[in-house]
Amino acid sequence: MNQPVAEGLVWLIFFLPVASFFLITLFLRGRPREAGLLTVGAIGVALVVSIYALVQVIGEGGHAVGFSTHALFSAGDLIVNVGARLDGLTAVMLVVVSGVSLLVQVYSLGYMHGDGGFARYYAFMSFFTAAMLGLILADNLLMLFVFWELVGAASYFLIGFWFHRPAAAAAAKKAFIVTRLGDLGLLAALILIWDRAGTLEIAAINTEVVELVGLGVLGQTMLTLFALGLVAGAIGKSAQFPLHIWLPDAMEGPTPVSALVHSATMVAAGVYLLARFFPVLDASQFASDFITWIGVVTAVGAALLAVAQTDIKRVLAYSTISQLAYMMFALGIGAYAAAVFHLMTHAFFKSLLFLGAGSASHATNTFDMTRMGGLRRVMPITYITFVIGALSLAGVIPLAGFWSKDEILIDAWKYNRAVFAFGLLAAGLTAFYMVRAIALTFHGDYKGGEEPAPGEHGADPAHPHEAPRVMTIPLCILAVLAVAAGWVTFGGEFQSWVLGALPEAHEAKFLWDTGVFIGSTLLAGVAAAAAIALYIRRSPDPARLRAHPAVAPLHRLLERKYYADVLAEDLLVRRVFYGGLAKAAHTFDVLVVDGVVNGAARGTFVVGWFGKFAQNGQAQTAAAALLAGGVVIFGAVVLLQ
Amino acid sequence: MNDFPILSILIFLPIAGALLLALIPGQRVPTDRFFAWVPGDQQARAKWLALAVSAATLVISLVLFIDFDHGRPGFQYTDTFTWIDADDVGFTVRYAFGLDGLSAPLVLLTTFLTTVAVLISWRIDLRPKEYFAWLLVLETSVLGVFTALDLLVFFLFWELELIPMFLLISTWGHGDRRHYSAIKFVLYTVFGSAFMLVGFLILGATAGSFDMRDIRGADLAGAVLPLQAVFAFILIAFAVKLPVVPLHTWLPDAHTDAPTAVSVILAGVLLKMGGYGVLRLLFTLMPDVGADADLALAIIAAVSIVYGAIITIRQTDLKRLVAYSSVSHMGFVLLGVSALGVTGLSGAAMQLVTHGLITGLLFVVVGLVYDRTHTREIADMRGMAHYMPLLATATVFAGFASLGLPALAGFVAEITIFLGAFAQHEAPTAVALLGVLLAAGYMLYALQRTMFGPRDERWSHLPDIGAWWEAAPVLALVAAIVLLGVYPSIVMDLFEAAVAPIADGLALAADSAEAAVAGGA
Repeated sequence: MNQPVAEGLVWLIFFLPVASFFLITLFLRGRPREAGLLTVGAIGVALVVSIYALVQVIGEGGHAVGFSTHALFSAGDLIVNVGARLDGLTAVMLVVVSGVSLLVQVYSLGYMHGDGGFARYYAFMSFFTAAMLGLILADNLLMLFVFWELVGAASYFLIGFWFHRPAAAAAAKKAFIVTRLGDLGLLAALILIWDRAGTLEIAAINTEVVELVGLGVLGQTMLTLFALGLVAGAIGKSAQFPLHIWLPDAMEGPTPVSALVHSATMVAAGVYLLARFFPVLDASQFASDFITWIGVVTAVGAALLAVAQTDIKRVLAYSTISQLAYMMFALGIGAYAAAVFHLMTHAFFKSLLFLGAGSASHATNTFDMTRMGGLRRVMPITYITFVIGALSLAGVIPLAGFWSKDEILIDAWKYNRAVFAFGLLAAGLTAFYMVRAIALTFHGDYKGGEEPAPGEHGADPAHPHEAPRVMTIPLCILAVLAVAAGWVTFGGEFQSWVLGALPEAHEAKFLWDTGVFIGSTLLAGVAAAAAIALYIRRSPDPARLRAHPAVAPLHRLLERKYYADVLAEDLLVRRVFYGGLAKAAHTFDVLVVDGVVNGAARGTFVVGWFGKFAQNGQAQTAAAALLAGGVVIFGAVVLLQ
Repeated sequence: MNDFPILSILIFLPIAGALLLALIPGQRVPTDRFFAWVPGDQQARAKWLALAVSAATLVISLVLFIDFDHGRPGFQYTDTFTWIDADDVGFTVRYAFGLDGLSAPLVLLTTFLTTVAVLISWRIDLRPKEYFAWLLVLETSVLGVFTALDLLVFFLFWELELIPMFLLISTWGHGDRRHYSAIKFVLYTVFGSAFMLVGFLILGATAGSFDMRDIRGADLAGAVLPLQAVFAFILIAFAVKLPVVPLHTWLPDAHTDAPTAVSVILAGVLLKMGGYGVLRLLFTLMPDVGADADLALAIIAAVSIVYGAIITIRQTDLKRLVAYSSVSHMGFVLLGVSALGVTGLSGAAMQLVTHGLITGLLFVVVGLVYDRTHTREIADMRGMAHYMPLLATATVFAGFASLGLPALAGFVAEITIFLGAFAQHEAPTAVALLGVLLAAGYMLYALQRTMFGPRDERWSHLPDIGAWWEAAPVLALVAAIVLLGVYPSIVMDLFEAAVAPIADGLALAADSAEAAVAGGA
């Protein structure tokens, strides 16, 4: 068989970061510099191979390259396989993940410099990258689930990287448990599809199983339940309402981790999952509608929250939730190619924004925008690249974000006007909160930053300065991508790559709608102008606006994050579950279940205590008992007659 | 080679070692002519001898495991002679041992964990001779249970285990309640054993032989009690041992007060005797009853998994927390068993091994923490990772293995059980899925409180894992958990082949029951 890419080469993409993880863990724990360079090198080679694979796949029209799968173990009917799937969708994802990962690893050489856990950091970064690449390459649902959980574990270790901070340790735990709630849905979907259809192969599920449902051999309900299980997994991993609460807390991790794991790659895995199983989602109207409405609600709700944050990373976190929601409802309305396109452009501009925020905090020791301000003068490269990222995110023509967002909006306009309206509203809010973030961070006067916490190393906040070149070069490269990555859409190029991954043929074309372009640009412009008036020109004064009786309750609601965390953590988990149900069950266990056991022992003792008098050998006692028994029997006989 | 009694040697080697331990003199006395050449004090002699014996059994069982013929069904290395021949009154008892695909991995697990237990006890200074002797007696009893082919021999070894366990918990245990816990453990087990013995006697008397291989083919219709009752009697003993809710309250007490090594053996192999018994005896000998009992077993399993996990969340004692998590995790064994098919039964058998390794590691690391801090209260600990990075890494690894992280052993067993059980029992399996979420809850809660958080000066002087006898068992367990997680075929193939005839028997029983119903209607 003459394949366009050798299978071993594809596996190399995965095994390079695996090797770097093991080498660092076993041999380089005390050698931070080597650990960093090894990670950069391994992922760099993985990127080169990924690009080669993408080029080859494009040559195939984006269709899957047929690798055979390999049996790992069997137990009765269950045969668990391991195999690689390479098609337009995976190839694009491989390049995005290894590309962003490489830039983030290079940036980290500067950002994490001098941190006591430097080698551990790179070990986990390698581990994460490997797991993420494995997730993308999986050719069956079980293998996908394995890596799905492993990226979750990697995320746990990276969020909790500074484990001495109680907030970081708590955020890591919260992230893992909340996403695992969604993962239960994915696991249930996996169990259901194997039980009803007898296969876990992605290709078989997307073609044969969907066909069998169409023919009525398998139930439509089964398909919908399966799709909803996938959706549940995606909602958890991609932090969609109501499981979005873990992502803002996850910002406790180092900023490069946020850039890679919690914006560009892992959180996009939910979108990837639904894109991977797009034929299934598409075949279930209910599941499609469900994710569409989850998406539009999350897109607007999270964008509103981003407006009220003072922590720059949290602004970006809510922005990520909002943008992922864009991709989600795009998938729901059938805009598969647009969703994947937005996933790619978002990965570039959002990791750029996170790394820019990291650069700003590298100089000021804080992420609190009210402690920053005026940084554009001392950090010109960070400023310019951050603005480019923000413009791309806000959807300004001709930057990358514009093309992908516009394509989603055009599809939404054709599908449902309400969905379009929500999408447009979210776009306007995006422009507003990004201009606000730029204004607070880079304009106005410098507010002095923050002193490093005792015992931790940090910069001198009195004299903020531009980041070293090892950090600014990745910023510049990402800025170029945030501008130009969208241009692959002209002529429907990008669409043809990823549409080739679907079993049915679709027409790949470049979408353009002048009305939508004017509408979205106008709204973004108005929102940006409002933000400039408020936060740069300061007229009207934002503080007075916040205090206005019409705005104050809304601001309070947003500041408290719709009370979602209070509701979930304090009320449901702490009071209802831990303090109520679990406490009751524990009390029952001690008093009743164990009480019966101890009661049986005590009962035996009591019976024995009384019984021993029968055996004490005293004739008087025995005679008295005999007499008493005789009287009782005699009395009973007399009475009963 | 077939006549070479290698299994008997394997089983009785530890108890022979225990006798030898009893013979070596405690102190160097002038008359000590025979042992004058042995270096060291009593403790050193005892532990090195115990290590040599346990390592030798480990090597033998490893050789048997590798040499085991995968292609051949049935028992291998069998060792049989007639012990009590009472044909005139209608029964025989045989001294009979054998190894098959189900028992071979469990035997290896036993010898492996006993070696771990010896190493982790390296610092025992209270009456070390007796301590190690009882540990070895314990090994013989467990090996006997896993290889016995005769019900009465099985019963003898089942009961033999109580003696060393009682003495180990009540003499070398921690805390004021150790006598209570030891007595509770023994009485609870004996309570189950009494029922089991009645069941065994009925089976043996009906079949005319106590040899499982004879009973399997025998007609049991003439039993003095209905077979359902016999099945229930024997099940009580196994349910106590597993344990299942509500027969579980002996377990946290026994674990909390037992010394580390005994907790490792208790969770690692003793609980496995319950699951093994269900597969080896109940389902093999009475498939008709087993095929009817599946729904009841599935419901008990789901309750054990979820209830056990909820109780675990409320624990404030680290060791008790791990102990209660065992109740939840052993529920998965029962869930897999209730599936009746090859997938579910293989998963259940796999869970026996993976839970043995993972919980064994958990008890090892909790024991190492306790040795250093002398507290097990979660509220007293924090920030251990600052001072003991290796121990913390091992603890976090064990925690993630326990909550079923893929690519580690526990996940393989759990997913196989879920896939097998769902086909037979949808609702109980769906409920059991919650156990996966709850496990993440209690494990991550415990890790966050004990390992992470700010530095605590009280613990700054504590040493990390350093000595070889601490590092070796931890590394070996970690390696085994990764190996089985990434390449489960090593034992899964054996289990799959061994449970296939059991599943066939159950399917046949279910079919004939259905045919009877159809014929009746």
